[in-house]
Amino acid sequence: MKCYVGIDLGSTTTKAVVLDEDQRILGRGITNSRSNYDLAAAVAREEAFITARFGLMRKAVEASAGGKLLDRLLKGFRVSQNIAQLIRLRELIEEQANISIADGLRSAAAKKIGQIFDRIREEEEAWFADENPAARSDFFRDSAGSAYMRLAEEIGEQGGVSFDMLIALYDKCIIRVENEPLELGFEQHIGAALERIGGAAEVQHGIDSALSTKLEERCTVGTGYGRARLPFPKEQIRSEILCHGLGAHAMFPDTKTVLDIGGQDTKAIQVDDRGIVTSFQMNDRCAAGCGRYLGYIADEMNIGLHELGPLAQKATRQVKINSTCTVFAGAELRERLSLGEKREDILAGLHRAIILRAMSLLARSGGVQDQFTFTGGVARNPAAVRALEQLVEENYGAKTINISEDSIYTGALGAAIFAHREDQS
Amino acid sequence: MANADKSDTAQKDQSMVIQKRMIADHFKRLEKAPETKEPVVYTFVPGNLTELIRSFDCLPLLPEINALQSGMRGKSRDYIAEAERIGHSEDVCTYVKCDVGMLKAGNIGPTGTKLPEPDLLLLSYTGCYTFMKWFELLREEYKCPTVFLQIPYQGDGTLAPEHRQYIIDQIKESVIPALEKISGKKYDEEKLRHYLALSAQAEDDLVAVLNSAKNKPSPIDSYFGGVYYVGPIFSAFRGTQDGVDYYRALRKEVEDRVERGEGPVTPDGPLDDQKYRLVVEGPPNWTNFREFWRMFADESAVAVASTYTKVGGTYDYGFRHDPNDPLGTLADYCGGCYTNINLPGRIDMLVDYIREFEADGFIINSVKSCNSFSAGQLMILREVEKRSGVPGAFIESDLVDPRYFSAANIKNRLESYLQMLEARRQGA
Amino acid sequence: MTRSQIVDWALSLYEDLDFYQARQWASETPSGKAVGHLPVYAPREVIHASKMLPVGIYGGGDQVEIIRGDAFYQSYICHIPRSVVELCQAGNFDFLSGVLFPSTCDVIRNLSGMWQLLKPEQYVRYVDLPQIGDPQLGSKFWGQEIRTLVRDLGEISGSPANEDQLRESVALFNESRQLIRALYEKRSKEPWRIPTEELYLLMRAGEIAPVEIFNEKLRTYLAAADEGDYPVKDRSRVVVAGAFCEQPPLGLIKTIERAGCYIVDDDFLVGNRLLLSDVSLDGSVVDNLARSFFSDSEKTSVLYESDPEGKKKLMKARVDAVNADGIIFAAPSFCDPALLDRPMLRKGAEENNIPCIAFKYAENTGQFQQFREQAGTFSDSIKLWGGQ
Repeated sequence: MKCYVGIDLGSTTTKAVVLDEDQRILGRGITNSRSNYDLAAAVAREEAFITARFGLMRKAVEASAGGKLLDRLLKGFRVSQNIAQLIRLRELIEEQANISIADGLRSAAAKKIGQIFDRIREEEEAWFADENPAARSDFFRDSAGSAYMRLAEEIGEQGGVSFDMLIALYDKCIIRVENEPLELGFEQHIGAALERIGGAAEVQHGIDSALSTKLEERCTVGTGYGRARLPFPKEQIRSEILCHGLGAHAMFPDTKTVLDIGGQDTKAIQVDDRGIVTSFQMNDRCAAGCGRYLGYIADEMNIGLHELGPLAQKATRQVKINSTCTVFAGAELRERLSLGEKREDILAGLHRAIILRAMSLLARSGGVQDQFTFTGGVARNPAAVRALEQLVEENYGAKTINISEDSIYTGALGAAIFAHREDQS
Repeated sequence: MANADKSDTAQKDQSMVIQKRMIADHFKRLEKAPETKEPVVYTFVPGNLTELIRSFDCLPLLPEINALQSGMRGKSRDYIAEAERIGHSEDVCTYVKCDVGMLKAGNIGPTGTKLPEPDLLLLSYTGCYTFMKWFELLREEYKCPTVFLQIPYQGDGTLAPEHRQYIIDQIKESVIPALEKISGKKYDEEKLRHYLALSAQAEDDLVAVLNSAKNKPSPIDSYFGGVYYVGPIFSAFRGTQDGVDYYRALRKEVEDRVERGEGPVTPDGPLDDQKYRLVVEGPPNWTNFREFWRMFADESAVAVASTYTKVGGTYDYGFRHDPNDPLGTLADYCGGCYTNINLPGRIDMLVDYIREFEADGFIINSVKSCNSFSAGQLMILREVEKRSGVPGAFIESDLVDPRYFSAANIKNRLESYLQMLEARRQGA
Repeated sequence: MTRSQIVDWALSLYEDLDFYQARQWASETPSGKAVGHLPVYAPREVIHASKMLPVGIYGGGDQVEIIRGDAFYQSYICHIPRSVVELCQAGNFDFLSGVLFPSTCDVIRNLSGMWQLLKPEQYVRYVDLPQIGDPQLGSKFWGQEIRTLVRDLGEISGSPANEDQLRESVALFNESRQLIRALYEKRSKEPWRIPTEELYLLMRAGEIAPVEIFNEKLRTYLAAADEGDYPVKDRSRVVVAGAFCEQPPLGLIKTIERAGCYIVDDDFLVGNRLLLSDVSLDGSVVDNLARSFFSDSEKTSVLYESDPEGKKKLMKARVDAVNADGIIFAAPSFCDPALLDRPMLRKGAEENNIPCIAFKYAENTGQFQQFREQAGTFSDSIKLWGGQ
């Protein structure tokens, strides 16, 4: 079948979306951004095709195999991918240890490294076997990194090989693993995954069907800014603002206004009934009031990012925060706390301040029209959403506010639609 | 064939050759001024009285132009840092800071020659508050005479008769006596009239050049190219034969390009295939001038009109220096500079330009340190969009502080905007 | 009214951003109208003589949440126009028949043009204050401007001011200025009697209240300030300079004093006392008003200093006049007049061994910790080492 790919190289994550010729989403992929843009785009694309094939497979064996079995298969697939990367990482770290660790410590280092990786491998297997495993990051870099660090500390100092030495090795090598092309595709690991679940025959024919369906990539469009060079030819690049507008329109066809609060910037976009942008405003000169700001606040408070919203919702009084400057976030928070303000009240004030900034940007771009789609990481924060609802109602009257769980793919979706349009013309 | 080619290239370069020579000669004269005892008058581009200054055989020097040149030559970062080190705020006009820094670094001008100290600071207060502070600061450094020429703001869209008279009275009672004192010469009205007549000639040619952008393709870029074209007329060369010659040569070159259907020459070569015709509001960024220009040229976008090229006079609206009313015409000139026009007037101008030059859109380059231009530009954006029906882009940078030019941000906004225009065009 | 009642009255006016009381007063004028003006200086007596209520517009301070105002201004522009536009969009200035925009800076200047589009039904005038040094030419120009205002404002109110009415109004504002000067003088001599936060609230009240009522309150307050005993605290005497347009939040003023300073002079709302002596009532009042501007007015950053030594001498003169120990340069962020002037003023002060500190604020600054620390340290250092 014909398919169209959109790739969005964001500052933190790279996303890809694959559409079929009817512009239905076949698959979505996401990976952490990295210095080798081509590779980041390739990995995200690969992931999207993986989920596309799993999707095809699921369709093929829906009735006979059952959801649980397919979930295990996917889990096994991920484990297989991880193991491949772990093997490579171990290789590189052992090589690097031979180069950079002093003669006398080399064998102690090798031993410790061996222990760490054996343990990670064990944990990986345990994760697979566990029916209800603890949540962990989807990105190899994060999950492997935190495991490595924890184990390096746990196993303890041995024979003079310090924690810092081991971390240095990791830091040096993870970048190389990330920026090297590795075989992580559907074809390469589905066999191993099938073996892990005992080679279920019900699934085999689904796999065959998924493998045999030809996915003909007709056109790819890329987007993402702040890059000196995007890894696509010029005609296949679209501005992320246009992609974002079109993507939001695809998710919610009656969208007129889009607000995206990302990690480092905020965008307010107006679109027409075809999803074409009619005006936009960016707040990209400073990260105040964006995701990163909330990250700093979470760090200062020693809580998880996802806990900020729920905590803020417990507020009982209005605390006015005048500045969302990231640089002073910590100082402002500490001063407020020292004055006796409660954490939840301060947080409620902070969320309101963030949304106030967004409201200004919206006003500059032309206001809030019905329907209003809110995207970006901050859209998953219930306190931010609540503040937005209040402020929109106060200033523009009741408007339908759309939020999608998949809003992180908005840009890539828009790019994929552009790819589709490009092919038609 | 060979001859024709040779004369072609000769003609193409002639205006640039003339301009280069004019500027080099002028700075040489400035360098020698302490010896030749030619009195030097510092003044500003908006409201500059070049003809009057020259009628006293004084040399005009424009600190604004020095500042922008420093920006283009990569010197402004250090100058600004020095000014901030000695106590100037990060929030204020970077032209001033650049000038103060340059002064502290020995006052070596943009062409590498030492700039002379002023014999007179002619503070032409025309639509920019900062000018007042700039010369108060320079006065403290140089301890020289300063004359303040207050140009009343066109708050209601015109220069009221009593305000016009006020300007004339000041010229008579303060400016001319000050010039007489430093030059040792008496006011020579005939000489002034002569220079004014030369100005008017050059102005006719300049306007023809600016209006050539109505052609498709436009033979000029009226923003990036435009700032080169208005250089002479905004500064020391208006009212001189050199100025007349320059504009005559320039006009001919431009008319030749129109005949051949050619576009302007950009840093990346000629832009004959022009996809987007744009009107631009706001000063350019000087530190990354070529880079900024390239962003337009890469997308085949050409500026067909700009407001910044009117800070030294709105000649395209019909103003000509009139030798028959020497002092009155100077008053009219000062009152009509772009910086002295009220906000509704600026909106009208942008809407006019969009219509008359058949623009596809407009760009506002909002400059951080210039309140005169920037305060109110967001409203200008919305009003012009409303009235003209074309969308506008909003870009943010600065005059000469490179810390406030983020190529990635600007490129993103500009490209997004042009893609938006393209999508609209295709959808229509 | 008792002294504390006066302060409460002033506070209620300061907080009344709906201008409820002002609207009452406006309706009580013979014309039933009011004309607003932005900082720094407008000839309020002319509005008064035209039978309308003058209303000083100083923005929303820290009491207004800005939503629409930010749609008009980029982040690198001061805060006051945002809150002014916010209040304008919310309808709070609908009761005005006109607004005057004095030549304070480019932001206020451009705002005048914006206002013409935002409020086409209101009279808008950009008032070019005379800047030149020549008193003859300058006062001729300024006299013309004032006459234009008299004519225009008369058309609005339906009651053009004649010589007698102008004389009456100028007399009332002369008295106002006398009382304000007396208050400032008393504070500089005995600051323990007059906390600056009270003085400040009174001055803000004076921007909105009818001059007759304001004068009466001033007289009462002045008399009351003489009564009673107030403990004399060991504080440093400071001059605050730079806060003449966008006003600091009340909390900041309180913070400076509580941190160990007596503010013995300031330029808050300096327009209300720009003219340093009485405007003569003999002959043409307009000409006298115009001439006063040249002969005897307060120096400010928004007007050209024609004396080449002027900037250098200014701060010493001000410090000497009130026997201050030091200067706090407090300017709003992005304020061209205050920030561009500062290096010259500070240099002049430091050349005369006057201790100085400097900081920036915004009208809606909510955190005062850093100001408390700075002002406190400053005050201590003055007491311990004479500020060296």
